[in-house]
Amino acid sequence: MPIILDKVSHVYGEGTAMAVKALDDISIVIPDGQFIGLIGHTGSGKSTLIQHLNGLMKATSGNVYFNGEDIDDEGFDKKMLRSKVGLVFQYPEHQLFETDVFTDVCFGPKNLGLTKKEVELRAYEALKLVGLEDEYFYQSPFDLSGGQKRRVAIAGVLAMKPDVLVLDEPTAGLDPKGRDEILEQISRLKRETGITVILVSHSMDDVAKYVDRIIVMNQGSVMYDDEPREVFQHYRELEQVGLAAPQITYIMRELQERGYDVSDDVMTIEEARKAIKDCFEKLASLHRER
Amino acid sequence: MLRDITLGQYYQADSVIHRLDPRVKLGTTILFIISLFVFDDFWGYVVAAIFLAFVVQLSKVPFRFMVKGMKSIVFLLSITVLFNLFLTPGEPIVNIWKLTITKEGLRLAVLLAVRLGFLIMGSSVMTLTTTPNQLTDGLEKMLKPLGKIKVPVHEIAMMMSIALRFIPILMEETDKIMKAQLARCADFESGNLIKKAKSLVPLLVPLFISAFRRANDLAMAMEARCYRGGEHRTKMKPLHYEKRDYIAYVIVVCYLVTAFAAARLIPGL
Repeated sequence: MPIILDKVSHVYGEGTAMAVKALDDISIVIPDGQFIGLIGHTGSGKSTLIQHLNGLMKATSGNVYFNGEDIDDEGFDKKMLRSKVGLVFQYPEHQLFETDVFTDVCFGPKNLGLTKKEVELRAYEALKLVGLEDEYFYQSPFDLSGGQKRRVAIAGVLAMKPDVLVLDEPTAGLDPKGRDEILEQISRLKRETGITVILVSHSMDDVAKYVDRIIVMNQGSVMYDDEPREVFQHYRELEQVGLAAPQITYIMRELQERGYDVSDDVMTIEEARKAIKDCFEKLASLHRER
Repeated sequence: MLRDITLGQYYQADSVIHRLDPRVKLGTTILFIISLFVFDDFWGYVVAAIFLAFVVQLSKVPFRFMVKGMKSIVFLLSITVLFNLFLTPGEPIVNIWKLTITKEGLRLAVLLAVRLGFLIMGSSVMTLTTTPNQLTDGLEKMLKPLGKIKVPVHEIAMMMSIALRFIPILMEETDKIMKAQLARCADFESGNLIKKAKSLVPLLVPLFISAFRRANDLAMAMEARCYRGGEHRTKMKPLHYEKRDYIAYVIVVCYLVTAFAAARLIPGL
């Protein structure tokens, strides 16, 4: 179910002295099955943008099409849209309210009017997908740890079986271990279910390893929209808008400047290890020949 | 959706009303409200309307913005009006089925609608032009004499300013949680009253939890900075009356005199 944004703009507080243009003429296409990283500095319009994807916000001008239909059309089923485009907000654990984990995850599918059996099946599946152990299912969500709560909240959205999953800074406020776990889980989920995933973040390091496409936002408009490798080539421009390429890119640049023949379009530590190893092996063989 | 509630929100602008001492605004608002309930004559309200329009004009807050804030109380207002319209005994004018509109009822309903409308307008002029901090500062200073009879004036003012400060925060939080639940296909609109009330549980539970969490954090932060209440506390920006404040008082007195004179002397309707 592709999503198309056509010249979408959004102005907060239109007509008052406090009007702020949050989105400025955004046009992007989100095809099926992509893993997209949406990157931008605080206030760049990321969160506003994703709320347009499931119709929580209405574009001041421009149109959003889901599967070829304009979502603002009269009679368009918003409920269906919201179940198909699952949106996980920042600090999603703040939305938990039920007495136990399982019932909370049931909330979404229950709202879709499914049978009790189907609802419970989906809730179970979703909790398994986020990797929560059975022993927590009937505990109060408020007794869990931060990372676990967040996984329950993500399961709450997954239980609606969305075709597109949007996560707004899913790692905010987690420790490095919790962060890696969540990101690994999302990446596994993507592999297993093949759904479209949009990961909103302000950290390139978080997304570089996982996504196939990066959209960089700056002051309400799209700055870059390309494969990670291509985007990171512009690391100087990224720095100017308060972002940065992954740390490993900088190390490789530094090595290059010191005269080592390593490629600079590496994005993960594994790739870097390989590149450095290759470089040294080449040097060693050159040495031997002499 | 919730952004539309402007009651109790501050509107940033640079106007004479904004710059007035909060004590003047507080006092004026109280006097204005009292005046609304003292006279029950047509001409009194005409003067009140002119005064209100004058103040709104001076405040540079767009009239539209104020009316938007009024929308949230239309429901309350209409209930009050309807009750008065139908349930006041007296000389009947119209009979619809079992309901009777009386002359007295009609008069009372209109009176009440005007009173409540003006009351809310008047007090929102104050809240729109005064930051919560200024407001409680003003209140604290006004009530300071009560400290002599062991009323904890500073603590009360502090509690008020915290409460006021939290209104926009909680409003934003409500908006966020509402959206999060909407994203899970929650339905806040359809169904009968009981179903609607039930549908608020997913909104209210997280809201209360977050309110407690915030209260806890704030208490901790205050303790960490050794906050210990009113005694020997000084102000960073102490309040002083200036020339414009005295002028404002004079204008208010003029209003009161004119309004009472109009209500008494010109024969009413």
